[in-house]
Amino acid sequence: MHEITLTVNGMIRQVEVPGRRLLSDCLRHDLGLTGTHVGCEHGVCGCCTVLLDGEPVRSCLTFAVTVDGHDITTVEGLAARDGTMSPVQRAFGECHGLQCGFCTPGFLCTVTALLRENPAPTEQEVLEGISGNLCRCTGYQNIIKSVHRAAEIMAEERRADADSEQPGEEIV
Amino acid sequence: MSTKLFGEPVQRREDPRLLTGQGRYVDDLGAGALEVAFVRSPHAHARIRDIDVSDALDVEGLVAIYTWEDLPTLLAQPLPLLIPHPALTHGRTAYPLARDVVRHVGEPVVMVVARDRYLAEDVCALIQVDYELLKPVVGVEEAAQSAQLVHEDVPDNVGAHLIQEVPSADGLDARELIETAPHTLTFRLDIERSASMPLEGRGVYARWDADDRSLRVYSSTQTSTSVRMAIAAKLGLPLPKVEVIAPDVGGGFGVKIVHPWPEEVLVPWAAMLLGHEVKWTEDRREHFVSSAHERAQVQFVRVGFDDDGRVLGLDVNILHDHGAYTPYGIIVPIITSTQLLGPYKIGAYRVEFSSIYTNTVQVTPYRGAGRPQGVFCMERTMDHIAEYLGADRTAVREINFIQPDEFPYDQGLIFQDGRPLIYDSGDYPESLRLLKELIGWDGFPALKAQAAAEGRRIGLGIGCYVEGTGVGPYEGGHVQITSDGRVHVSTGLTSQGQGHETVFAQIAAAELGVPMERVSVVTGDTRRFGYAVGTFASRAAVMSGNAIALACRKVREKALRIAAEALEADPRDLEIIDGEVRVVGSPGASIPLATVAVLSNPLRYAFDSETARATQFAGASSFDRPPVEAGEEPGLEGRDYYSPIRSTFASGMHAAIVETDSLTAEIRILRYAVVHDCGNLINPMIVEGQIHGGVAQGVGGALYERMVYDDHGQLLNASFMDFLMPYATEIPSIETAHLETPSPLNPLGIKGAGEAGVIPGSAVIASAIEDAEGIRIDKMPISPSELFDLRRAATG
Repeated sequence: MHEITLTVNGMIRQVEVPGRRLLSDCLRHDLGLTGTHVGCEHGVCGCCTVLLDGEPVRSCLTFAVTVDGHDITTVEGLAARDGTMSPVQRAFGECHGLQCGFCTPGFLCTVTALLRENPAPTEQEVLEGISGNLCRCTGYQNIIKSVHRAAEIMAEERRADADSEQPGEEIV
Repeated sequence: MSTKLFGEPVQRREDPRLLTGQGRYVDDLGAGALEVAFVRSPHAHARIRDIDVSDALDVEGLVAIYTWEDLPTLLAQPLPLLIPHPALTHGRTAYPLARDVVRHVGEPVVMVVARDRYLAEDVCALIQVDYELLKPVVGVEEAAQSAQLVHEDVPDNVGAHLIQEVPSADGLDARELIETAPHTLTFRLDIERSASMPLEGRGVYARWDADDRSLRVYSSTQTSTSVRMAIAAKLGLPLPKVEVIAPDVGGGFGVKIVHPWPEEVLVPWAAMLLGHEVKWTEDRREHFVSSAHERAQVQFVRVGFDDDGRVLGLDVNILHDHGAYTPYGIIVPIITSTQLLGPYKIGAYRVEFSSIYTNTVQVTPYRGAGRPQGVFCMERTMDHIAEYLGADRTAVREINFIQPDEFPYDQGLIFQDGRPLIYDSGDYPESLRLLKELIGWDGFPALKAQAAAEGRRIGLGIGCYVEGTGVGPYEGGHVQITSDGRVHVSTGLTSQGQGHETVFAQIAAAELGVPMERVSVVTGDTRRFGYAVGTFASRAAVMSGNAIALACRKVREKALRIAAEALEADPRDLEIIDGEVRVVGSPGASIPLATVAVLSNPLRYAFDSETARATQFAGASSFDRPPVEAGEEPGLEGRDYYSPIRSTFASGMHAAIVETDSLTAEIRILRYAVVHDCGNLINPMIVEGQIHGGVAQGVGGALYERMVYDDHGQLLNASFMDFLMPYATEIPSIETAHLETPSPLNPLGIKGAGEAGVIPGSAVIASAIEDAEGIRIDKMPISPSELFDLRRAATG
């Protein structure tokens, strides 16, 4: 058994795991964060995607011990602390980008990273960006729409933030 | 009914929890449960000589090992044959754990229970099973001709054989008419295996309460009520002591309607025996080799037609590969052979099928459930007729269409629900007109010529279908308005992503005149509703939607009756708006439904100021009548059922433009257009989503997905690495148009929409590739290398 320390969704978590424990199982069954799903256990479907130090990884192909000391964000950590859903989460809801919801956490993590790197992706960039995640329900039409909508919401919020900073400067 | 909610693209209730990781799928439950893994047969056909567990006993964390010999009498029987049919003369089902003989790779042989799944799999690896290998039977044609038998007592490997004949109006049969027809064509069609392949596999989690002697089972199923009855029967428990819940289910697409799976009875049995919670979660390889597949058929077609392309006689002989067992009967080939007729009136029809055993995974419905094969057959036939006559493909279809004034239209067959195949409504010419407009059918030749001038090959394809939806026997709905004004709706069928919580809330809110936020919906939980059939055959909206509407109407009537008394008004002068019963035209004369709910339940005891109004000293309306009148029940609630006389028939037409690479034979879909008619739409956003998902599965089935068995019965591509489901990059943008021809059969005028998108996929893509290439495409799916080979064969 190995004692490892992970920062999961901003919280420091200590857990004892055997060397062969997959990160997906560690998150789901040792830490109770069952929002991360496992669809194939061989790294193809992308359901288990989480953010490792901000980058999307397949948690079903990652041994928990190998990420000792690292920072992990799961779907449970995408919303703001007050529970407000992130722009990506809201966009998926608005655009009907999910049906059964099983692949959704993987898509949300993937898209969160995608839009951070590329805040205004083209159609082709969106397709490529989500081309590592399988969805069996939606036919992807509304997922693609959701990604564009999330980019739009984020842009709107950036503009709103910029606007609200204006009066702040006057006070200073 | 308020039009504000019904028909609106209302946002889904399910989404907030699913978007934030708060969904509850089976494997998310039962922390601390013991876990199960199975030793499964590595051979397609073998006799079990011995099972040696001695090496496995030392694994720390092992709890129990079970083989068939350990099973109690009821469990040691073969699993139920769910849908018997007189033509299924040799139906066979598996034992929960193999007894003596294994008949496909993946059949469960030994069940291991351990502290966790890792340890259970360690144990499985140490169990030695000694097999005597038998010759496997693989491939439907091989099986039909083989001396080798899958089941020793099933001659010729034929499980079922059925001939259905519909003679012409003048009493001539199809074969006679074909012989005398001006033109005849004979050809063969092939469709390979695919599978539902939901991203969440199956899973079962059981809790036995030893004190209460009751069992609660969570299963990733499409029918919790029937799983419950099967568990009670197999474990010898009184039905009221068993509850089954389908929590959030990560996709079904048909495979999860089969029940009870071996694991659905074994896991609860182990939980009872061990006095501990037990859980099993299927892994992906298990899902490939131990659940179910579909599609595989070989069809031999002979058609006779006149100079206009009118079909005078159609004779189809189908070899259907149903795998090693037939738990779901012969529903799939029945649907193929009946739904094959699509939107057409055929002079005379004869269809014969043989349902054949092979040493492969069993075949049970996958979204479309035999329709994709039937539509492939009919639409290939239409295209071949058009090619033969040099006619436009839509003209040949149009001349065979059932006309809008011919409904109800009796196809003269018995459908999958055992009832007559009578189409209730539709407008096929209008659908075709819409489709041609959407895809630009008439302008395509110019586009094609232009592409050809640029050295590109493009082709246009079409596929039409009719889909029997909303099959019976029934569904029910229960609606309760509580004294806080909330509306609790439940129905027994389950949900796997269709948004039932949303659409059923829309229906209830509209029927009752309450804000949708006050309505909550529970599905698939036998604690809330015990009578149901299940979610399959595009039936949930039709069946439970109407049942809930009818239950709401009962509740509404009762609410108006009680309110009328309280308001001293005539019930006919009342309306319910925003959760308040009001006297029409008398502002101020109103009573909230919450209060009506209080008044509906005469109380002795108050627990808040609201309920105090219904207590015995609060002032009875009359001393001459009992508080609950004869024939009445306390509470503002109602239950009703919807049981249709027969299915309602949705329809649609798809068209696609494909481009085939002249060098590599790569196939790319440039455009995909859908015209869809499922009657009145409850929530267009959700219907559209269903169509998108179906089309993607249709594209997968046409171009990518197949189950590759070798001669030994090994499934060579049992992983997502090798079984190619489409990613976003493979699915074209889907253009849709809706036609709404209401069903006259049900109160809401709706038809099912769940399977529609997938049905004509292979037909449309084959049609388009054929148009691009000028080569017959009679075998699906088709890969670039297969197209490449076809080209080489065509050029000699």
